[in-house]
Amino acid sequence: MNPFSPPWLELAVLVPLLGAACVGWMRQPLVAFRWGLAFTGTSLACALVACLGYFAGHGAAAPGWGLLPPAHGRPALALDELSAPLLPVVALLHFLTALATARTKMRRFSFAWSLASESIRLAVFGCREPWLLVGFLIVGTVPPLVELVNRGRSVRVYALHMGLFVVLLPLGWAFVDTDGGHQDQTAWASLPLLAAVLIRSGAFPLHCWLTDWFENASFGNALLFVTPLTGVYAAVRLVLPVAPDWVLQGLGLFSLFTAVYAAGMALVQTEGRRFFAYLFLSHSSVVLVGLEMHTSISLTGALCLWFSVVLSLGGFGLTLRALEARFGRLSLVGYRGLYEHSPALAVCFLVTGLASVGFPGTLGYVATELLVDGCVEAGPHVGAAVVLAAALNGIAVLRAYFLLFTGTRHVSTVSLNMGLRERIAVLTLTALILGGGLVPQPNVTSRSLAADAVLRDRKARVSEPDAEPDDDLPPAVK
Amino acid sequence: MPDAVLFVKHVIGPVVVVAPLLLLALLGLTSLFGRPLSERATSRACQAAIAAGLAAAVAVLVLMLATGERHVPVDFGNWVSIEHQHGGGPAHYHFAVKFVFDRLSVPFVILTFILCGTIAAFTTKYLHREPGYNRFFVLYALFLVGMVTAALAGTIETLFTGWEMVGLSSALLVAFFQERPAPARNGLRVWVVYRVSDAALLVAAVVMHHLTGEGDFAALLGVDRAHPWPEGHTTVSTGQAFGVGLLLLVAAAGKSALVPFSGWLPRAMEGPTPSSAVFYGALSVHLGAYLLLRVSPLLVVSPWLGVAVVALGLSTALFAYLAGSVQTDIKSALSFASLAQVGVIVAEVGAGCWYEFFWYVALVHLLGHASLRTLQFVRAPSLLQDYRTLENAIGARLPRTPGPWARLAPPGVRAWFYRLAVERGYFDALLAEYVVGPFLDLFRRFDRLERRWTDFLAGQDTPAADAAKARPHARPRRIEELP
Repeated sequence: MNPFSPPWLELAVLVPLLGAACVGWMRQPLVAFRWGLAFTGTSLACALVACLGYFAGHGAAAPGWGLLPPAHGRPALALDELSAPLLPVVALLHFLTALATARTKMRRFSFAWSLASESIRLAVFGCREPWLLVGFLIVGTVPPLVELVNRGRSVRVYALHMGLFVVLLPLGWAFVDTDGGHQDQTAWASLPLLAAVLIRSGAFPLHCWLTDWFENASFGNALLFVTPLTGVYAAVRLVLPVAPDWVLQGLGLFSLFTAVYAAGMALVQTEGRRFFAYLFLSHSSVVLVGLEMHTSISLTGALCLWFSVVLSLGGFGLTLRALEARFGRLSLVGYRGLYEHSPALAVCFLVTGLASVGFPGTLGYVATELLVDGCVEAGPHVGAAVVLAAALNGIAVLRAYFLLFTGTRHVSTVSLNMGLRERIAVLTLTALILGGGLVPQPNVTSRSLAADAVLRDRKARVSEPDAEPDDDLPPAVK
Repeated sequence: MPDAVLFVKHVIGPVVVVAPLLLLALLGLTSLFGRPLSERATSRACQAAIAAGLAAAVAVLVLMLATGERHVPVDFGNWVSIEHQHGGGPAHYHFAVKFVFDRLSVPFVILTFILCGTIAAFTTKYLHREPGYNRFFVLYALFLVGMVTAALAGTIETLFTGWEMVGLSSALLVAFFQERPAPARNGLRVWVVYRVSDAALLVAAVVMHHLTGEGDFAALLGVDRAHPWPEGHTTVSTGQAFGVGLLLLVAAAGKSALVPFSGWLPRAMEGPTPSSAVFYGALSVHLGAYLLLRVSPLLVVSPWLGVAVVALGLSTALFAYLAGSVQTDIKSALSFASLAQVGVIVAEVGAGCWYEFFWYVALVHLLGHASLRTLQFVRAPSLLQDYRTLENAIGARLPRTPGPWARLAPPGVRAWFYRLAVERGYFDALLAEYVVGPFLDLFRRFDRLERRWTDFLAGQDTPAADAAKARPHARPRRIEELP
């Protein structure tokens, strides 16, 4: 039997859903944690095998194995060059977040809702059928709302923004002409789609939900909701293939401004979560800028950076979360002097933070080089703005490091060093960041192929009215 | 190609680069996994890496002298390359890792190994049983890798890699004594200037990539086996050379503390003496001048660039002389003395635009100055003892003679210059008041607006807003005052 025959992708989606149903009944936090970890670990294994299957040439499950009904004669869930490596990364992020949950936080971190969210998120990243994807994206906005309600926090900011997103996304897609050979789309299609993607990505001025979400949700769920860059995925799947140039330019303009603005805002924050939110916002916007250029180099750079941002900001967020578990909400108003208590946390903070800004030897280095190269080709001002954002983000990361880890030594009677589970989680991400940084070619090759596939799809649909999709397109983008 | 040159390319050359990398991997990974090496093991690892790197670099020099070869590239191939769409075509993006041994890089890398080796030996005693011993040596290894990479870089991307490593290690070492806020503030200050410098170099690297299709110095500067440094002839136009050259000049100014970025140099003296000696007195402060020497063929094409380099160098030297004259502690005085010489070296590099001979003068000046200044810095902690010994020997206080300006300049002029020197040319104040302050104020206003807008939408105060109200501190204006 071919080990890749079973529908691993669908299992990766369904296992956490099943887990959510089971864990929801458990009242003991420690028991819920153990079962939650088992389910998310199984999902990670399934996602990993699905990814390996794709790269081994077994893109789809064998006939008869499918668990979900096909849509338009095609499998509902399938991997392609773009999503194949992202799926296990998203699953890994969920697994590591669950693993690194401190005992003191187990009662507050809902494993059931986290598993439900993971299932939806994996479905989003494994889906390429537009209407199904729209549906998954809409459903994905529900668990955060429940989280806010359960925590007794105001849901208005989140609900207002996501309400708009939920209305605009299907509205825009309903008016999109997907047949191909059309160089333009109607304003009814373009504007709602553009607005929906901007809202979900947190572009200025529709970004306030993101800082509000970070302030009111549990850090783990806040991290998991935003770090995979679901908004960028929506942009690549729904906007990039069909949008006219002016829509992409609009997307790029908003994103470029947001990248610099959020980097500047990260520099003046006085609270750890808001700092992280702006840092994330700046990075996700830089990725969107790369998409807007829609050249092979810039798109490859953007996709590489996406991969890097998920891992590095995921690790950075987990480090901040571990700090929060020990010291409560992190104030960036005075020097905290935490280094002596937790040198390992300090090192992980620095490595993941610097990786996110593309320090040499990390996963983001080549990605940033590629992206800046692509941006300068498009226009020197775009390249300069991206470099400025990266410089400001680098300053913000080191400023936060100095504020948290230097200063008069924090006095504590108990050990505040990293626990084993947290150490495993952050070191796993660090190993991926450094390993991918030292040997970047496989990642770059994979992202380059994904970029070429996206561009060929776009070319067939938008630029050349009479062109047919290329025969050598990977199966998933046909 | 003679066998000796092949031996350099394939055996000895890589050793020069790999030895520091292995040291960094050893010290970094053991620290990352929470199992740092003992002091003795750290010291031995440093000795081994430095000895291997230095021996290999000297062997390269000897073989190059013996064979008369003046340009030996060591090409590690493309670290990253992207083929054209649908594959098959030539690479349209590549990130080449290439090192070059020539008359510029070999002396500088030998100097790097000698000074770093000296400082490692000094630090083994100086920081004995200090809590930050291991941290110092991890950063030291990062610095060494950065310096060797930048010194031997054969492409602008490789140089940028080393450049960033030097910057990070320097900033973190300034904040080495991290229990006090002042070193952390100064470390951040250094980092801010380095990020500006890095940004300029990154943009220059990308522009050079676009001008020549690759970041190889051979393509951009025309330096190869037939035309080794400094005989390269670039093919870029005068305007392009001027544009790229200005970006590189900003990068060099940030790294070498040239005006108006000079303010970080005395602040960097907050770090431990060994790092002050090797970083700010000897090596990293010269890295900007070294960059200008490396791209010197650009100066020939654009005389106006040469004028800018000379002007910047001379104004830095003048400023550093003035500021150094009024310093009251030895490390600050040495840092300004060092800066004055760096200014002169940069001016010599600029003058090489008209007389190539000046580039050799600048290189020799750089090597000699770095060695002397390292000696002075490592002797600085015992200076008072030296003075006491001298005064005991002569049986009186050492004589303090007034300088020439006391006789030549009227009191009003002297007082004006004195204030200018004490305030360090007002560069820090001007940058803080007119660049950093308004920038931070603007974003704090945005932050307050956003909080109000979010609170309005939410219909209640957010937790962060509550916390902010509970902490009614005055907002700091300058970045180094950021709490």
